Amino acid sequence: MSTTKTQIPAPSRPWQKTPREVMPTAVILLVSLLVVAAIVEFTELKGKLAYFLLFLPIGTAAQFFWARYKYGTKAAKDVIASSIMMTGAIAVFIPVISIVLTTFVKGLPGISPSLFTNDMGEASFIDPVEMGGLLHAIVGTLFLILISVLISVPMGMLTALYLTEIRGPGSRFIQFMVQAMSGVPSVVAGLFIFSAVILTTPLDTSGFVASLALSILMIPTVTRASQEVLLLIPNDLREAGLAMGATQWRTVAMIVVPAAKSGLITASILGVARIAGETAPLIFTLGGADKLNTNPVYGIQSALPFYIWTGFRLGTPESVQRSWSGILVLLVIVLVLFTIARLVGSNSKGAK
Amino acid sequence: MTLLENRSADIPAPREITTKPRFSDRVFRTIVTSVGALSVTILTLIGLFLALRGFATFREEGLGFITGFEWQQYTDDGGNRVSNLGIGAMLIGTILVSIVALVVAVPLSVFCALYLTFYAPTKIKSILVTLIDLMASFPSILFGMWGYFVLMPSAEYWAKLLNKYLAWIPVFDVKAPLFERSPFIAGLVLATMIIPIITSVSREVFSQTPLDRIQAAYALGANKWSVIKTVVLPFGANGVVGGSMLGLGRALGETVAVYTVLNIVYAPNFQVLFGAGGNVASHIISYWSDATEYETGALLGAGFVLFLMTLIVNFSADFIVNRAVTKGK
Repeated sequence: MSTTKTQIPAPSRPWQKTPREVMPTAVILLVSLLVVAAIVEFTELKGKLAYFLLFLPIGTAAQFFWARYKYGTKAAKDVIASSIMMTGAIAVFIPVISIVLTTFVKGLPGISPSLFTNDMGEASFIDPVEMGGLLHAIVGTLFLILISVLISVPMGMLTALYLTEIRGPGSRFIQFMVQAMSGVPSVVAGLFIFSAVILTTPLDTSGFVASLALSILMIPTVTRASQEVLLLIPNDLREAGLAMGATQWRTVAMIVVPAAKSGLITASILGVARIAGETAPLIFTLGGADKLNTNPVYGIQSALPFYIWTGFRLGTPESVQRSWSGILVLLVIVLVLFTIARLVGSNSKGAK
Repeated sequence: MTLLENRSADIPAPREITTKPRFSDRVFRTIVTSVGALSVTILTLIGLFLALRGFATFREEGLGFITGFEWQQYTDDGGNRVSNLGIGAMLIGTILVSIVALVVAVPLSVFCALYLTFYAPTKIKSILVTLIDLMASFPSILFGMWGYFVLMPSAEYWAKLLNKYLAWIPVFDVKAPLFERSPFIAGLVLATMIIPIITSVSREVFSQTPLDRIQAAYALGANKWSVIKTVVLPFGANGVVGGSMLGLGRALGETVAVYTVLNIVYAPNFQVLFGAGGNVASHIISYWSDATEYETGALLGAGFVLFLMTLIVNFSADFIVNRAVTKGK
């Protein structure tokens, strides 16, 4: 008997486009790009943005007519839809990349070690960038973050616990109110603390008062993020705790919260990222100092957003350079917080 | 016999079952509930304090505080304080800037959300979603500075072109050729700020489209666009509206970014391309530093109006989004 080798058919992928099908599209896009280049060259429409704005309609139209000729109107509409959506997505991501790149390009020239060891006590914003620094602003921002965390994290998490564990009669209403609170404009939070604390109580502008204003913005963020995590904890765990004879308090403290720990940390970090760059409330509540002040309760302080704001408002090349460096530091802080939040958050998902 | 007797002695007496929580639980519940009510308290206090501080202004200016187009205050020769404070022009500015932002942001966000939900390959999708979340956590002053130094030069050029060829449409007309720092550019900056909000809400609603409806449409011979048109968009329309209103709430109250980009001029201006305008929030900070006591009260009153506006917009947004999310179930 002769053994015939069985022929294993190579897996074919009928849905995959053959080079012959891809070719026309590539040619069309190339031709429309040339047309766009010609328009940019010979008319008033100039600039990189012109390429984008012209390529969108011309490329789409060219693809539409080709698809209609080849496959019919229905398919042509499908082609249009997908290319419009892709363009929409690209248009959304251009700003993100542009913002990050600009910040690094414009901010890096002003970064030097002395920036982190000096304050603006002996220098003014219009002096050359080598003089002075933003130590006072960084210390101020750290204090603001610390105090806001001390206030908002317990408040936010307890509210989330009310919404997920107690589920009292008012929880729907409170849920509604938390969402409304997360929409309070930052300027309103600042004005509120100004009228309720600075005008009413003996406290004057200081880091502590500014933290109160920031907490109003931070609490709803922490609440909503923690609530999402707590809702993911399976009910079986809670029931198991209760079945073992634990009280609700012990169940929450020893089972639910530890199980949600990393998610709750993520929630706090997201809250910090929300407030680290807030400027508007600080204008009413912080005072804005040029010197390092390590007492958050008494005397005016500074913060990174406030430093950036001052530099921008003065408008001289040196002060604007200071602002860009300040923004770079702020952006790096936000990026680091964001990355930590992501890492902690993804670890918690992997554990389940 | 003895065995049975012993056993009966072991059977515990039926105990009373109670749902009354223990003392520790009562303490826990009281603390959590009282903190839970905090959001209500804070919102009430915000309204109360701002209304109280602005009360003198509301009484003196009456309805003119909302409809008035002037913001002047001086002491006349007799030593009397003459004031004519109204935020009408700034309300117009707020609405103008927000409309520009919405017109630009809503289509882009919806396209982006549809792309992310139905077109993007998984790897690209996760990168893009991270980028959008990151964009949402950028500080507003960063958007402002970027808008001023990067976006403005090119946007100004496009504004000029728009004006040159479309000036016959009243909106694109200008009083004087001043195209820098216009509501148009401020609207574009606001659009970049609210795109992440609208995109993430729309994406969430789109992704909840019932799979069986999508598959039914495919089974009937639909292609991707027909599925989106006939199944996804009708299902997600409310979510898009709600998300846009959340974005509108953010745009109405945005302060620093608008102040950085816009040339704050206190006058009613309907021309988007003309470099003058303002919104209520930026008006407050631009008049804050040298405000008299009475003017400070008026600015707090303006804050109250802003608070009410955003509250109404946010309430309706939540209502619409919640309805959109529960409808599919």
